[in-house]
Amino acid sequence: MSGITFAAPKAKHAVAVRRDIVLPALIFAIFALLPAVAALTARQYLIDVGARMMVFAVAAVALDLLVGYAGLISFGHAAFIGLGAYAVGILSAHGIGEGLIALPAAILVSMLFAWLTGIVCLRTRGAYFIMITLAFGQMVYFIATSLAPYGGDNGLTIAARSTIAGWPLIKSDRAFYYFTLLCLLATYLFCRALVGSRFGRVLRGGKENAVRMATIGFNVRRFQLVAYIIAGGLGGFSGFLLANLTEFVAPAYMSWQQSGELIVMVILGGVGTLDGGLLGSAAYLIAEEWLSGITENWKVIFGPILVLVVLFARGGLIGLGAFLRRRFA
Amino acid sequence: MLERVSSDPVLRLEGLRKNFGSLTVTDDVTLDVMPGEMHAIIGPNGAGKTTLINQISGIIRPDGGRIVFAGNDVTTLSPDARALGGLARSFQITSILPGFSVLENVALAVQARDGSSFRFFGRAADEKALNAAAMTALEQAGIAERAHARAGELSHGEKRALELAIALAMKPVLLLLDEPMAGIGREETERQVELLLRLKSQLTMVLVEHDMAAVFALADRISVLIRGRLLITGNPADVRADPQVVAAYLGEQLE
Amino acid sequence: MSTTLFLVQILNGLQLGVLLFLIAAGLTLVFGVMDFINLAHGVQYMLGAYLAVAFYGLVGNFFFALVLALAASLLFGLLLEFLVFRHLYDRDHLDQVIATFGIILFLNHAVRVVWGAAPLTLPVPEFFTGSIVLMSGLLYPVWRLVIIASGLAIAAGLYVLVTYTRIGMLVRAGATNARMVSALGVNIERLFMIVFGFGTMLAGFAGIMIAPIISVEPGMGDNILILAFVVIVIGGIGSIRGAFIAALLIGLVDTLGRSFSVDILRLMMGPSPARMAGPAIASMLIYVLMAVVLYVRPAGLFPARGR
Repeated sequence: MSGITFAAPKAKHAVAVRRDIVLPALIFAIFALLPAVAALTARQYLIDVGARMMVFAVAAVALDLLVGYAGLISFGHAAFIGLGAYAVGILSAHGIGEGLIALPAAILVSMLFAWLTGIVCLRTRGAYFIMITLAFGQMVYFIATSLAPYGGDNGLTIAARSTIAGWPLIKSDRAFYYFTLLCLLATYLFCRALVGSRFGRVLRGGKENAVRMATIGFNVRRFQLVAYIIAGGLGGFSGFLLANLTEFVAPAYMSWQQSGELIVMVILGGVGTLDGGLLGSAAYLIAEEWLSGITENWKVIFGPILVLVVLFARGGLIGLGAFLRRRFA
Repeated sequence: MLERVSSDPVLRLEGLRKNFGSLTVTDDVTLDVMPGEMHAIIGPNGAGKTTLINQISGIIRPDGGRIVFAGNDVTTLSPDARALGGLARSFQITSILPGFSVLENVALAVQARDGSSFRFFGRAADEKALNAAAMTALEQAGIAERAHARAGELSHGEKRALELAIALAMKPVLLLLDEPMAGIGREETERQVELLLRLKSQLTMVLVEHDMAAVFALADRISVLIRGRLLITGNPADVRADPQVVAAYLGEQLE
Repeated sequence: MSTTLFLVQILNGLQLGVLLFLIAAGLTLVFGVMDFINLAHGVQYMLGAYLAVAFYGLVGNFFFALVLALAASLLFGLLLEFLVFRHLYDRDHLDQVIATFGIILFLNHAVRVVWGAAPLTLPVPEFFTGSIVLMSGLLYPVWRLVIIASGLAIAAGLYVLVTYTRIGMLVRAGATNARMVSALGVNIERLFMIVFGFGTMLAGFAGIMIAPIISVEPGMGDNILILAFVVIVIGGIGSIRGAFIAALLIGLVDTLGRSFSVDILRLMMGPSPARMAGPAIASMLIYVLMAVVLYVRPAGLFPARGR
């Protein structure tokens, strides 16, 4: 397939507001039942893996909001996770382990960073946007590595999971798992509502045809900035959860490789679907577990798989599902 | 019904200039558009008509001169601010939202001027008031029966009608039409002309067009643009007879 | 803070700048002409270094190794273009980003499989070892001067090529308006392959030249790639001149910033907070610079496409 055509517009990922509840209901049901399965099969590590999937799913769903619905390819999303996580870590290092303080702090810090960098990023055209978000993410990473009192390169251990109003409600792995499930559900429902709302419609319209939207009377940039801030806040939320999951924070949480992995999760699941964020994070972590069992250098296999997915399976898992349904229905 | 009592122009261009590098595309253009009139802008290819429309709607910033719309200097105002002020336009190359339904394309135009769009809950596609207003515009444009089709799947002529519906839904003070007859057949063109004739009494319009039959059927006044410069502004009969205009079109049929 | 230290760091900054330019030049042209975001450009740089080490092991001579590594780099780049990239020109940026990210993952770990994860080294060629005295008290490694000199020479050569040759004119035209160039009958595919191949060689060359003075290890291209992105964003996509100026600017700001941030801060606050805040501020400097430039000029300093 060589041959560069200029006449046809670049093949873009389509987006539609889906009302299908079967798939997300199924996914959440599986997550809800996982601890029971873990207990029955005496595989306690499943709870940890499941929680990890859900934590990253929060970030992935938020990222899909940006990438799939607003058309903003943010390659610095991990920065928000990192900021949220470090909010928890730094507060903990100063003796504050209360979740009702740490969670708002995590979200606010991320939203602030999103606002300040968003103002700059959104002044530029699409392609520059990717590089600038990448650069800002890198900036946060380097700042974290240079924070010697908070572990620098090596990171920081957190004394204990956040308390909720003083109570160690999420101390046990099981309790934390269900807490995370609720957080993911809330995030997902919020994003679903957002996408179909007036605000979401303007975003989606802006992604399809920004000039048209402007001549109708919409300052698309302003809406994109708000979307960027919301996604950033949700990223911070994910970071709060991540810090509590591992009871550890490190600069690696905000590396650009992590940002790349988040975008991969969104693509794997299916960009512009929100459900794709749920599926994608699960699929990526499963692939990681499975392939790293085969070889330590599993990315040698995963890299080409990614290329193949882009070339031949652009709709990700959800696209694949739709294709199979059409073929065999 | 717009009364032709007011003597203040709806749109006034004063000494507008635009250069692309060393090429002068808009050369000291001054013209008025009076309330209720259908003002056509014609000129040979490359005269700079679309660039002029783009400056009026705010997509391109002029290098010099002023644009005064409904009494306000909008020269540096963003396109969305101008749109909210009542300036609507259709595009020469159809510019719609192909992934959305026809109805939603128009409903968005209604939404823009119906309160805040920073609402994060409630399904916008189900808002009755927006949809009703959108349907009205679609009926005016003659494609109400395609309301639930995907806009990308419309025929070329239907897309042009959609463009018009979107503009009408904005309840504009001024409607800029950039070659609305481009690429559509004879029958379609006649329908469009009929539609525009009906709208003439309700709207002030600027029409950029190549189809001379349509121009002379519709225009109250015509401005002729040659290589970025305004040659003459006048009523159709005068313009048609003007020797400079005839020469500039080099024998093209002006009947 | 002595003058000699200052001058040494200026030279180091120039060296980093020149390196960044070699990498950014290919990146900005590819982006400008084909609107193609190539994250895999950084691994091209890494591959150059690894190939240099490998060929040196075979032939025992740096210059033969350099020539062989350049050729192999080019071949590999063209292979990548043929297998993957040319299928992505029509795709949107998201697809390009993911696919080239996949290539980074693949190559970063492939070199691990082939050469192991331990850092490798390459000796400086005999003629250029050691340091020379530039002025009294100022000793500077010869090889670093060679890097600066070769980088500047290539920059000059590129300038001549792009400004005074037909192919250069086509490249500049393509960066401004590829569609038009294609419509004028130029074989845009071949033009692009030339641009791409050239860019690949420049990145590979940078990797080969830097190999003697840093450790060659997996992932060495990642951080420099991001710096290269900052360079082309500040310089303006599609502009060689912009890339050159921005690269030198960033090289100097970053190097001087890291060396002297603590000292400068000490003028404003106590030694202890300065030592803490210094490194953090130093790492932020070029990104703040980028933010400031973009706020004022969203398309960079010298964008190829008209504003």
